Amino acid sequence: MHDVIRLDVKENIHSENDHIADHVRQHLSEDGILVVNVMGAPGVGKTTTLKNIFPHLRKAKPYVIEGDIESDIDTVDLQNMGFDTYQINTFGACHLDAPLIHDAIHKMDFDKEGILFIENIGNLVCPAEFSIGEHIKMLISTVTEGSDKPYKYPLAFEKADIILINKCDLLPYVDFDEDFFMKGVRAQNKDVPVFKVSGKTGEGYREVAAWLESRNPD
Amino acid sequence: MHEYPITQQIIKIAEDHAREAGADRVKTLRLVVGDYSGFIGDSIQMYFDVISEGTLCEGAAIEIERVKPKLKCEKCGLYFERKLFSFACPACGGEGRPTEIGKEFYIDSIEVEKN
Repeated sequence: MHDVIRLDVKENIHSENDHIADHVRQHLSEDGILVVNVMGAPGVGKTTTLKNIFPHLRKAKPYVIEGDIESDIDTVDLQNMGFDTYQINTFGACHLDAPLIHDAIHKMDFDKEGILFIENIGNLVCPAEFSIGEHIKMLISTVTEGSDKPYKYPLAFEKADIILINKCDLLPYVDFDEDFFMKGVRAQNKDVPVFKVSGKTGEGYREVAAWLESRNPD
Repeated sequence: MHEYPITQQIIKIAEDHAREAGADRVKTLRLVVGDYSGFIGDSIQMYFDVISEGTLCEGAAIEIERVKPKLKCEKCGLYFERKLFSFACPACGGEGRPTEIGKEFYIDSIEVEKN
């Protein structure tokens, strides 16, 4: 004879990931490392943004974790430029999660206070759903993607702590409706700082670097 | 793709709770999944059938309660579902702000069998 019992669970399915993310955040906070989760669709210029921010960092030492489905092109590039960079390949998975970052940081050497930039998989959907131990979510959007992105991918825009609009040098050539874009951003994220930048001309990154350096890793 | 590790997690949580209660088998899992959680019920079911083999959850049924995301109007306080390309309140035209409704992703309860 079998008894059937109903058990109340009420447990968040992300709880283990979130627990590891908290551990990563705390560990790096103690080392004086600010963690920035860099998110954006493929081709928005995530690696280019990092290369443009680094020369403007006045005190913080930059560290990088590169997340890619395959290849280490960006990592080799950044290493050749002298930056401490660690590669994660997910081989198909669409986002980074906290256990992957946990393993990576234990293989890295944080010898000086600074900022760890974690370049997430190019994807505007899944990275917004998973905490990886970051203090700050940095979202990169572009004028070439179109001004409807805050309406089509609301979660990424809602969760962002800082938003960059890249490729602004192309504004004269594309139909980017900045008012419509900003209306969508502000509806979901009233006070998020938004910076207009250009990976081509270098415009705007000094301000982004200054904003990041004004944040505390706690 | 990302439903695979998440389904492993669902099975682990259900097994932990079943074992704690001294149960032999999980019969039903009830999940609450908001549309903004980014998870697709059919994919979870597909992975579940494969991953649950040999676990206490093998053969269990999954019931998923979907939750539609709602915004809250900052002017009149109404909770509403937004229309495409708009965040405006249908009652007063005020701006709708994001809420936690629609981001749910948890196991509500399980039914287990005990000898």
